[in-house]
Amino acid sequence: MSRKPVKVKADPETTGHVWDGIQEFNNPLPRWWLWALYLTIIWGIGYVIAYPAWPLISGATPGLLGYSTRANVAKEIQRFEDANAPVEAKLVAADLPAIATDPELANFAKNAGGAVFRTRCAPCHGAGGAGARGYPNLLDNDWLWGGTMEDIHQTVSHGIRNTTDPDARYSQMPAFGEFLEPEEIDAVVNYVLAISGQDHDAGLAEAGAVVFADNCAACHGEDGTGDREQGAPNLTDAIWLYGGDPATLTETVTKARFGVMPAWAGRLSESDIRAVTAYVHGQGGGE
Amino acid sequence: MSDSGTGLYAAREPIFPRRVKGVFRNLKWVIMIVTLGIYYVTPWLRWDRGPNLPDQAVLVDLANRRFFFFMIEIWPDEFYFVAGLLIMAGLGLFLFTSALGRVWCGYACPQTVWTDLYILVERWIEGDRNARVRLWKARWDLRKWRLRLVKWFLWLLIGLATGGAWVFYFTDAPTLLHDLVAGTAHPVAYVTIAVMTLTTFVFGGFAREQICIYACPWPRIQSAMMDEDTLVVAYREWRGEPRGKLRKGELAEGQGDCIDCMACVNVCPMGIDIREGQQMECITCALCIDACDEVMDRIGKPRGLIDYMALKDEAAERAGEKPKNVWKHILRPRTILYTVLWSGVGIALIVALFIRSPIDVNVTPVRNPLYVTLSDGAIRNTYELRLRNKFADDRLFEISQTSDAPLQISLEGTDGTTVNVPADATRTQRVYIVAPKGSAAAVAKRTPVRLWIEDVKGGDRIHVDTIFNGKGQ
Repeated sequence: MSRKPVKVKADPETTGHVWDGIQEFNNPLPRWWLWALYLTIIWGIGYVIAYPAWPLISGATPGLLGYSTRANVAKEIQRFEDANAPVEAKLVAADLPAIATDPELANFAKNAGGAVFRTRCAPCHGAGGAGARGYPNLLDNDWLWGGTMEDIHQTVSHGIRNTTDPDARYSQMPAFGEFLEPEEIDAVVNYVLAISGQDHDAGLAEAGAVVFADNCAACHGEDGTGDREQGAPNLTDAIWLYGGDPATLTETVTKARFGVMPAWAGRLSESDIRAVTAYVHGQGGGE
Repeated sequence: MSDSGTGLYAAREPIFPRRVKGVFRNLKWVIMIVTLGIYYVTPWLRWDRGPNLPDQAVLVDLANRRFFFFMIEIWPDEFYFVAGLLIMAGLGLFLFTSALGRVWCGYACPQTVWTDLYILVERWIEGDRNARVRLWKARWDLRKWRLRLVKWFLWLLIGLATGGAWVFYFTDAPTLLHDLVAGTAHPVAYVTIAVMTLTTFVFGGFAREQICIYACPWPRIQSAMMDEDTLVVAYREWRGEPRGKLRKGELAEGQGDCIDCMACVNVCPMGIDIREGQQMECITCALCIDACDEVMDRIGKPRGLIDYMALKDEAAERAGEKPKNVWKHILRPRTILYTVLWSGVGIALIVALFIRSPIDVNVTPVRNPLYVTLSDGAIRNTYELRLRNKFADDRLFEISQTSDAPLQISLEGTDGTTVNVPADATRTQRVYIVAPKGSAAAVAKRTPVRLWIEDVKGGDRIHVDTIFNGKGQ
């Protein structure tokens, strides 16, 4: 007896479509799949009514729920500001030197101050705080006006040599080109080269010592180490704001310098000023 | 539309799996009890880690970005452990699928396990297959409403327990249970439980095999892992055909062993007839094997008309020869390769687990600026250190450097060279290294430096090699 072929489902249904003898089985999709499609359509209509959807010439249809991503961002920002309010109040009330020793304040000041620095200070002092010619490097251990928390706070708040803040730090070096002969300037430049440990003409430097004592020592000190009360730079160290080479020194003595920094009190909140003060203080130069 | 013949859409055909007894059914009960037991009980296991860390044995602490698994704690920077476990899970699935076919689908998949549990409840409330078919056809009278509502209520309870157990993995379970009952838990917990409850209810109660057939990608992928040596559930058609009913309790002359009792069809949770051969729907749950064996025992025929078998044996079996030993099918280059890869990843993970240090550091040299000239002409470099203390208590980290050049190290904000890193936490610290004026490192472009971090209490010591940038003259 010949074996009967395996019984399969009575001839599988086809869609009736035939291409070159190839038939298409009818494997219908489940009906709930269709319902899911209708559901998404209904959902879509509801979405268009509830949310901003159709673009108009300016803006879009607002939607019944009044949803707005801008408002959400504003709300998020407000939420963080509210969350930061207590620590900001604590920061404003704290003793300046105590900020670094309080972990909560130190951490907040480091992050908030870093953000302020990168926004407000980096254009002149550089994103890393290394400064540039004429813009002091805030990382080193040489300060024109002092590097304690109080000193930095004063500088940030009121600025330097600006005309807008009566409390701005102020000092002005005369342009000695008007008072000294070129030979005298040459001599004093060689004296400065000598006290800062650079190559110089010993004879000229000897003559320059006299010129220095008569004209410069009042501000820069008899030994040339400067005076922070007047923002007079230390001329004996390795750090130069404009440059320590003979040509630059000659230019500085002849024409003087007049670097200006704006006052930030009134433009930044006190907590922001304190935060950026702590940030700058913690970059390696703080005293 | 299903009866129109050419409809594009068809309603789901209801399936009423009959109760069955046997080896595979028992195995499935055991697997169900073990897997569900693990799932529901795990969040309640406690594991003492000291006062600073949670005491939940298995905890995915998303808020603090930690994963706790008994004695193991995973930090986000060690996520490769999770990646490795996922790779192992994938390779494990490949191995089992190539050896045993859709064994994951048939025994261990949550969809299968929960559906099995839901069918158990259904049978308990509404009776076995025939009673359920009758009830389905019956009018919606009081009795039907009562049975349906009780069943749905029990299903919802199971769903609730499922979603409830899920959220306990993500926070301290006893606290969360208290908060959930008191109504003070985070809304996310309630929403998660609601979504899990609803999906369990719908998937286990109503969608069932539709999930496997239409929603799950895994059945479509796994055919790539199967070949003719893979064990699948199949019908020995050469033994069973031509099928026919028993006449006076006897098989007719020339009739095959299949008595067309439909037992295999009636127990199938996927609603298919295994005698039609390999089918996309079949999850190889093996319940048809149990059902058929029961019948074969009763009519005095050998078991195994429906059985696990490899398609490669078909020709031999048709010719009346014995099939190859199961292990000869299972042990083949493909499965051996999967096993080797799986063990390789596993061994690598275990080794990584034991050699990892409980202290860790990332060193970022500050490059803006590369160096700072100090007033005495010395050159200073700055490094941002990210120190990680993976101990359960606060630790003092001593920071030092070694280099061929005479360098001095100092720390921002402290005169010493130690920093306190709180328990199970990260701390950043600015570190300065200074080369005296004119010294080798100050003058050279780059000097190699090794930074050492030592846990003062435990003595663990790690180092990172970095660079000191000089003036480069």
